[in-house]
Amino acid sequence: MPSPRILIKDHSAEANLFARRTLIGLLVVFFMVGMLLTNLYYLQISRFEDYQTRANGNRIKVLPVAPNRGLIYDRNGILLAENRPVFSLQVIPEEIQDLELTIKQLSTLLEIDEDDVSDFYKDLKGNRRFKPVNLINRLTPKEVALFSAKQHMYPGVSVEARLARYYPYASALTHVLGYVAKINKKDLQKLSEAGFEANYAATYDIGKRGIEKYHEEKLHGEVGFQEVEVNNQGRIIRILDFNPPIPGQDIVLNIDMNLQLEAEKAFAGKRGSVVAIDPQNGGVLALHSSPSYDPNLFVHGISTKNYKKLLTSDRPLFNRATQGQYPPASTVKPLLALAGLEEKVITPESRIHDLGKYKLKNVERIWRDHNPWGHGWVNVTKAIEVSCDIYFYDMAYKLGIDRISESMNEFGFGDYTGIDLHEEADGIMPSRGIVKALFNRPWYIGDTINIGIGQSYWTATPVQLTQAISTLVNKGRRIIPQIIRGNIVQDETILDPIKERRPIAMGDEHNWDIVLDAMYGTVNRKGSARNAFKGAHYISAGKTGTAQLVTIAQDEKYDATKLSKKNHDNAMYVGYAPYDKPQIALTVVLENAGHGGAEAAPIARKMMDNYFKDQTFPEHQVIEYLGQEPESLELTQAEGQPDAEN
Amino acid sequence: MLRTKLALHNRSFLNRIHCDGILLIGLLVLMVVGLITIYSAGGQDLGLIQRQLTRLGLALGVMLVVAQIPPLAYQKFSVYFYVIGIGMLVAVLIVGVSSKGAQRWLDLGVFRFQPSEIMKLAVPMMVAWYISRFNLPPKTWHILIGFVLVAIPTLLIARQPDLGTSLLIASSGVFALFLAGMSWRFISFVAVAASAFTPIMWIFLMKDYQKQRVLTFLNPESDPLGSGYHIIQSQIAIGSGGSQGKGWLQGTQSQLEFLPERHTDFIFAVFSEEFGFWGVVGLLAIYAFIVIRGMLIAVKAQDAFSKILAGSITLTFFVYVFVNMGMVSGILPVVGVPLPLVSYGGTSMVTLLAGFGILMAISTQKRIMSRE
Repeated sequence: MPSPRILIKDHSAEANLFARRTLIGLLVVFFMVGMLLTNLYYLQISRFEDYQTRANGNRIKVLPVAPNRGLIYDRNGILLAENRPVFSLQVIPEEIQDLELTIKQLSTLLEIDEDDVSDFYKDLKGNRRFKPVNLINRLTPKEVALFSAKQHMYPGVSVEARLARYYPYASALTHVLGYVAKINKKDLQKLSEAGFEANYAATYDIGKRGIEKYHEEKLHGEVGFQEVEVNNQGRIIRILDFNPPIPGQDIVLNIDMNLQLEAEKAFAGKRGSVVAIDPQNGGVLALHSSPSYDPNLFVHGISTKNYKKLLTSDRPLFNRATQGQYPPASTVKPLLALAGLEEKVITPESRIHDLGKYKLKNVERIWRDHNPWGHGWVNVTKAIEVSCDIYFYDMAYKLGIDRISESMNEFGFGDYTGIDLHEEADGIMPSRGIVKALFNRPWYIGDTINIGIGQSYWTATPVQLTQAISTLVNKGRRIIPQIIRGNIVQDETILDPIKERRPIAMGDEHNWDIVLDAMYGTVNRKGSARNAFKGAHYISAGKTGTAQLVTIAQDEKYDATKLSKKNHDNAMYVGYAPYDKPQIALTVVLENAGHGGAEAAPIARKMMDNYFKDQTFPEHQVIEYLGQEPESLELTQAEGQPDAEN
Repeated sequence: MLRTKLALHNRSFLNRIHCDGILLIGLLVLMVVGLITIYSAGGQDLGLIQRQLTRLGLALGVMLVVAQIPPLAYQKFSVYFYVIGIGMLVAVLIVGVSSKGAQRWLDLGVFRFQPSEIMKLAVPMMVAWYISRFNLPPKTWHILIGFVLVAIPTLLIARQPDLGTSLLIASSGVFALFLAGMSWRFISFVAVAASAFTPIMWIFLMKDYQKQRVLTFLNPESDPLGSGYHIIQSQIAIGSGGSQGKGWLQGTQSQLEFLPERHTDFIFAVFSEEFGFWGVVGLLAIYAFIVIRGMLIAVKAQDAFSKILAGSITLTFFVYVFVNMGMVSGILPVVGVPLPLVSYGGTSMVTLLAGFGILMAISTQKRIMSRE
């Protein structure tokens, strides 16, 4: 390598070379600056809107705000379901240094069980550090006060208030109102299928049963939105816009809470139900199923212990009023009589001679009357009044199952009434086809005989029976029972329209009067319910029923003492009042209680007494039916005329 | 006008302290822009500003001290400087302190020291010293020696690993060779060789995280919440700034912390978001002003060593700018290079201003040189 010292450098050539290279270097620099600017121009000018949208998408979040649930009132303005603040204890993890220590300290002050702690740690996972986690779901007011006094010692722990449903009448109205509870996965799926998911984005509870479920859409309201600016962690920096939620509608029920409480009192300790309807508009005045339960237990998630208590053989969760399918027994005799009159199988005057037994030619079996000695000469009016079985065996035999079935379908048997509750059963109105389909059994003539007294396969719910009685007193006008009366708009109740079905056309309108008069007689003349209504200040009409639950062998008598309690007869009563212009129609079912006139009718009496306690009615004379002791007897010998024994 | 006047007025004093007034103005303007942006990016933390001011003061002090040393002294000490630097790089590989998966520091007891910073100046000095001993343009043989001089520290630093710094050091050496008059034929050869070397580097030299960065750069949307997050958020910040910008302290991407490394490597995104395209044009103009001034100093320098060294330092300074802006705006993969004089902190600040100190020495100490 030559030593540089002896080299003679050409300084000007070097300077020129260097100047050229510098210039090239600068040109390259400018070219690269141009590249940068081109790219920045593309980002900032050409695609500005694109990136602006994305930047806003980063920072602006829309948070849903839950609407307040509509309140529920009875027809007189008594609050039945309200929203009350509930308090929960929340912990913000990032503000606490030692979680375990804090929980330990808190547990000396408040009641924290192991479930709370394990749920807390479960929720803590996957939760943002600054977002609160529930430690105790429900604080008592006392605990709120206790904690508030010492809150300064627990930074990062706070009491959070939220509105939750509260049912002040607790178990008295459960089977009407139902309840709300936390939205679960299944609810969410249904909501998303219905496209309501967005509307429930902030909602905590949803109607699970009863009115709360049926009228969920009215009660829920519409979700509101809060537009907020968030940082990269999702923490809210400020509120940009607020679109308040629209609260749910306040609704009014047809329920008369006074009457409802009377029902609860009357059924205390008993199993059964009552459904009372205003026949003029189908409004459900009272609906009670006993035993009942406290719906408030479900609102905050029922404990396993408490839930097990409800799974008894008495089935308190079961709504007997709408789901209980009972043999209607004698309560449907007026309706059957109407079918007989309409089909001219009987006439108001036609009679049979009842000696306590009914027998068909060529059939071994003997059908007995509940009165072993029979009722003697019986026409349709007396047959209803004294609940003569033989008369109706005979009439049913003559009508035949097909005509009975068709006629009873018109009164709504075997079909949902359409009451505004999802918990409804349709019962069974038997026909040849239905029995074949349901039980895979042919129809026997004996079945028809039993249908005559509302037994055999026939089952009906109390609400179906009440609806049928309403149809009867309305002379064929069929109004669908409705619990909801209307909703409140600016302090005024807007009534819901009355819902009706196609009315029943009767060939001879007089037939209605025959049957209604017979029901009047049941209560006011020598009928089966006269004792229960003795001294009432209003005139009522009705029909008793005693539903047999087991088949009594041919030669045996029904003896309650020999049967286990669950096989005792159901006591039933259907009735309405006042007789001339009915305001209330009701059905009472008392399970395994015995005789309808003795057990169920007194409850109906109590209900009506309560309902009419503020009304006065003119003194009335019992109207004796003209045909009671008819002058000219038109004897109709029933086919299969019961043999006169002895 | 004002600037010229100011420079004229201060010439005598600035000259006495060997300070190039024009360059100084450019640097100070950049620093002010940096402080304003850091204030916004750092959540209006005055403590941050205070620490940055301290650092800037220290760096300016170093610059002035360096400016006092005659360029001839640099020429004399280049070799020692280089050899000591290489020694320390080897030491780093053996006894260095690791942090964040990279072994870059020497613990000197009192403070930690990053030897690669020395090499940022030592490499162009060494190459300039070596190549200026011969008649320019250099012969191929000399160029090859020059490349070896560049390759040794580059590879040592790449092993740490510190890809950004090794690339900067390599380019400073290559710029020196280019300015010295490396033949175009050789340049094309190097270009071909470099592209041939790329797959070798990919397979044998690059660590997985580095490969990931390159892959992410090629397609950031493939992992928008993971490795692509930085670059996507950065582009959103820049793009949403538009032509006018969202205004100082008003950048949502930066203020709401969607943008990572806001006050350090990604400060350019904050600046672009808040000051828009025209702000960016202004910022680039300041950088261009400094580069042009640096190149002028190089052209006017009296000897080959000074010319090559000044040119190399200036071009390397621009590479900083280009790499940083390029990576933040998504045309280059993410390598940890700060935006010079604007980004918060960094050891590089002192080195950078020391480099400008050398430029100032070259620019202001000509008469001393010419007297010899």
